[in-house]
Amino acid sequence: MAVKKFAVAAYDDEDVLFPAVHSLRNSGYKLHDVYTPFPVHGLDVALGQKETDLHIAGFIFGLAGTATALGFMSWIFTKDWPINFGGKPHLSIPAFIPITFELTVLFAAVGMVLTFCYINQLMPGVKKHVFHPRQTDDLFIAAIELTDGTSEQEVIDYLKTTGAVETNIQIAEEGWWFGRYDVAEDYETNPQEALLRSRRIEAELHG
Amino acid sequence: MTDRFIIPARLRLTSIVLMVIGIVVILAGAVSLLGSTGPDAQFDKTRFWIVLLHNSVYFVLIALACVFIQAASSLAHGAWLVAYRRVPEAIGANVWVFGLIALIVLFAIVFGFQIDGHNPIFHWVNPHGDEILEHKAPFLNKTMFAVFSLITVVLWSYFGKKFQRISLEQQTAPKNATKNYFKFMKFAALFLIVYALTQMSITPWFWLMSIDAHWYSTMYSWYTFASAFVSGMALISLWVVYLKNQGNLELVSREHIHDLGKLQFAFSIFWTYVWFCQYMLIWYGNIPEETTYFKMRQQGPYSIIWYATFIINFVSPILILMSRPSKRNYFTLTFMGLMILFGHWLDFYIMVMPGPLGSHWHLGWYELGVLAGFSGLMMFTVSRTLAKHDLVPQNNVLLKEAILHVS
Repeated sequence: MAVKKFAVAAYDDEDVLFPAVHSLRNSGYKLHDVYTPFPVHGLDVALGQKETDLHIAGFIFGLAGTATALGFMSWIFTKDWPINFGGKPHLSIPAFIPITFELTVLFAAVGMVLTFCYINQLMPGVKKHVFHPRQTDDLFIAAIELTDGTSEQEVIDYLKTTGAVETNIQIAEEGWWFGRYDVAEDYETNPQEALLRSRRIEAELHG
Repeated sequence: MTDRFIIPARLRLTSIVLMVIGIVVILAGAVSLLGSTGPDAQFDKTRFWIVLLHNSVYFVLIALACVFIQAASSLAHGAWLVAYRRVPEAIGANVWVFGLIALIVLFAIVFGFQIDGHNPIFHWVNPHGDEILEHKAPFLNKTMFAVFSLITVVLWSYFGKKFQRISLEQQTAPKNATKNYFKFMKFAALFLIVYALTQMSITPWFWLMSIDAHWYSTMYSWYTFASAFVSGMALISLWVVYLKNQGNLELVSREHIHDLGKLQFAFSIFWTYVWFCQYMLIWYGNIPEETTYFKMRQQGPYSIIWYATFIINFVSPILILMSRPSKRNYFTLTFMGLMILFGHWLDFYIMVMPGPLGSHWHLGWYELGVLAGFSGLMMFTVSRTLAKHDLVPQNNVLLKEAILHVS
């Protein structure tokens, strides 16, 4: 549970958001993430995110499906329960192909959906900090991660020059957790102490 | 901006050399194969004609696939093709050349090729005494064959030329005028009907399936279409990559190239799907009249080509073209384009050869020489058509969208 300090800027227009993201990435501040109410085309490229590896997972799941189908059917029809179908050999590969194909597709599809949910931290019961209640409504929210040495006023002033309609400083949990918001967010009651504790744990872990 | 393609001397020389090789090989074949007198004389004579039929039908169908992709993408308001639409247009405008050759070859075989009173390639030409062929005779006869072939080739050539003409009219039209755009869509819709009734059904029955006249398959035309379409995409991508390397087609980016790679990948799998559908139904049914077709191809003298087509047309595209970077890479795309073109040439080979030649098949100087000749003709005609017009589709409604296209 790493609690960090963030500067949050809200934008109300895509045409402002893109130059702002461009400027933020060049400014030297650490851009944590951008939250949008709908998929904005080209934002992943603007944020400099790398190409997803999801398709490699899909390929592996597909291979697993192929192997499962072929292996299982070969075992059933030769060892476990051999039946004579119209005089065909027990190991009739052409008859297995449609099922193999379907199972390959099924494994690849279901496996990719689950992998997608896992890497995007989507699961029933998963909780994350919400930087702005309107980030699912009509505002684009950019969160910048701050260090101890950063001047808060300087960041806020800078964010305002990029066209932000609303800015503030938040202390928040950067990851995800299971459970309820009011129980897990102990930093809500005493944010400064939570931040200091998080820094201390981090310092012990990483020297 | 304008973008003119000037035919490089090397390309012109290569295409002419290939065409000369083709002509020399055909002449040598006419002398040595048609004039053959040995015990295999019948097969030598048949080989001369069947190879010409194989190549001319293959080339006219892949050229036609380039007309089809224009019609299909324009009806779907597809902008991705617009950036390099001069390439399929140029190939489609030359359908008449290959159609004419195919017509000459087919008519020569049907009307002029007889050995001992029967036609070794199209048995149905003399159906007398054969109950199955007599039963099929109302459809499968010389008149029907000639009329259908003539009408199809004329229609294909017309639409190939017409698509190019409508597209070129836009060059001088006012910017973003939609008149030609909707005119193109009307002709595209008409063409799809023609295409469905010819290439996707009747034409393969007459030109290819009737070689094995006792046998039939309802999947056959789809299978031929899949083969021709994926080869057409490979041909377009080869031309696009070539033009990019010559410094032309500045508007075409990796995003457009990626689309061509995707189509080749997807339709290689589609080809395998149809190929296997046809095989599995016959394998399951296990009726002797139907299984003879695959007995000859899979277990008989052709098994090496049978498995080669499966590996070249399915295993290699699925493994090589699966990843995103390889679809955006010129080298892998060129390599796979050549592989796919050759693989589907082999696929057509295995469709036509076993019927008339049986175990007397060859894949030697004559087959490869004729292939070289037709490839040279394709390079020559298409480069000439490309060089005539501006490669940028000026004033096109979708041009801006095509430039911004992200695959």
